[in-house]
Amino acid sequence: MGSPFIFIILAIIAIAAALGMLLSRNAVHSALYLVLNFATIAVFYLVLNAPFISMVQVTVYAGAIVVLFLFVIMLLGAEQLRGIGDEVPLGERLHRILAVILAIALVGVFLFLIFTEGGGSSGDIPMIDTSPNKLGLMLFENYVLPFEITGVLLLTSLIGVVVLGRRKKGEEGDNA
Amino acid sequence: MPSTVTIEWYLALSIILFTLGAAGVLLRRNAIIIFMSIELMLNSANLLFVAFARYLSDLNGQVLVFFVITVAAAEVAVGLALIVVIFRTRRSINIDEINLLKG
Repeated sequence: MGSPFIFIILAIIAIAAALGMLLSRNAVHSALYLVLNFATIAVFYLVLNAPFISMVQVTVYAGAIVVLFLFVIMLLGAEQLRGIGDEVPLGERLHRILAVILAIALVGVFLFLIFTEGGGSSGDIPMIDTSPNKLGLMLFENYVLPFEITGVLLLTSLIGVVVLGRRKKGEEGDNA
Repeated sequence: MPSTVTIEWYLALSIILFTLGAAGVLLRRNAIIIFMSIELMLNSANLLFVAFARYLSDLNGQVLVFFVITVAAAEVAVGLALIVVIFRTRRSINIDEINLLKG
């Protein structure tokens, strides 16, 4: 499942990008850190014998979704926002401290469980054929109904976005 | 350094990324950044799906990732449309100022 050297370098980049997204004061920088994180995950997919998923990750996530984010950020002119280091009221500061403690506790408990339960085999795991051809057959042989439902979901969200984005009558003079 | 990467490493990385996403939802007050954090959490779950698909030599995990990506794309589109509408009416996307439903 990949060499430890590559794994550690990629993991450091992924975590650093996630932290950058979290701590960045500028929303555009956050979106760009998110692209870095998605790209690193795409490389992980390549390492994990999932080339097609990797390409889908790059086009859909790093492409479409982040472009949508950037588009909305720039549309709203919301680049400069309150960052994580600004003056905040006492109540919110306590809230933040609690959130950080909870996050550390969550990671701690999970890592403890993973590494005490342990025992995943590290031997040679057979490579399976994960070509787009095989994936497509799998999708249309075993997941036809979920596939159709996903199509309906996409149509619903498309209509939903159009309805939400439409300006009501009498609101024409409004900007933004 | 161990000579091979086991499934635990991927579990650990996925959990760290998921927790960073959850912390982002709790820490940030900007609705757009909160959406990005949700994407981060979905991505960590996807990574684990693919890692287990490799570990168990099973293609089903990779197919499920497709569905997660599709739902994430739909969710982002609707969520960002909501943010634009909220910004139009409230002139702000700070979630602390969006309190119209407060009782």
